[in-house]
Amino acid sequence: MQEIRAPWDIKRELLVKSEDETDPKYGHKPEERPYPEIIRFGVINLDKPSGPSSHEVTAWIKRILGIEHAGHGGTLEPTYRSAGVETPR
Amino acid sequence: MTGVLPIALEEATKVIQALLKAGKEYVGIMKLHEDVPEVRIREVSSEFQGKIYQRPPFRASVKRTLRVRAIYYFEILEVEGRNILFKVGCEAGTYIRKLIHDIGKALGCGAHMQELRRIRAGPLTEDSGLVTLHDVLYLYGRWKETREIGFLRRFIMPMEKTLEFLPKVFIKDSAVDAICHGAHLTAPGITYIETGIKPMDTVAIFTLKGEAVALGRAEVSTEEMLKATHGIMVKTERVLMPRGIYPKMWR
Repeated sequence: MQEIRAPWDIKRELLVKSEDETDPKYGHKPEERPYPEIIRFGVINLDKPSGPSSHEVTAWIKRILGIEHAGHGGTLEPTYRSAGVETPR
Repeated sequence: MTGVLPIALEEATKVIQALLKAGKEYVGIMKLHEDVPEVRIREVSSEFQGKIYQRPPFRASVKRTLRVRAIYYFEILEVEGRNILFKVGCEAGTYIRKLIHDIGKALGCGAHMQELRRIRAGPLTEDSGLVTLHDVLYLYGRWKETREIGFLRRFIMPMEKTLEFLPKVFIKDSAVDAICHGAHLTAPGITYIETGIKPMDTVAIFTLKGEAVALGRAEVSTEEMLKATHGIMVKTERVLMPRGIYPKMWR
């Protein structure tokens, strides 16, 4: 059986093509983004409870934060459900 | 199912396509329908590693044709009678319930999935700032009361975190805004390149501050990017940064 390495087990190095500096006047380091950019460019790593659907949980997050758009990456369906569609990802 | 569910906010929703394609890791309980010796379980389940063929289940949202998925590993953590605690690392779009059913068939006794928890979606794991809905409610409330940004940082991570496993190309400030307008990345704009890029790979274009600018498809390898003096290196496919954050140095 051919082994396939998981993406999280692949190590990469950084090579220099040309040196350059960045002007602090523009943009922000991601970890220093002020409000409201921190939300605009943010992701929540949520521990989904088993009852509600991924879609419902995402709608709650939108309501809590009072924002227009949010989306989830990789559906996790409710544990106990009678009918519905199974979504991979 | 419970566990890691990345939720992208506002502009960050553009990284979802990358997250959907990212590998996943789960822990779960496989329930066997008959007693099977542990060695046999280990032997058979180890055959479900590498490339496997899978037909999506009846209730699937995708076309039910046989497809190939990569199983990076399938580990048995504990055996207690007919209950098997397992951990699996797999490519996006693998049906775990189906995988367990197929392992049961291969064992000859049949099996079904009792419980499943996702412990990883791409770079996001249980150890990388996983929060509950209650945490979100509480921390957002504290932020509203105090306006201390630290409360937001405790449950919101930069979208760049989700791109950790994509090979990256870093670019000069002067190249940023053109990419935001949809231009392809040419050789002179590049400063640093990660190793291991092959033509057609999905790559992330980053600023020198570490901000995500766009996702694109590599035209050439890391080695060729290092040598090139001109020409398109990465074709921009998905712009992540709004226009006008960096100065317009092109026309």
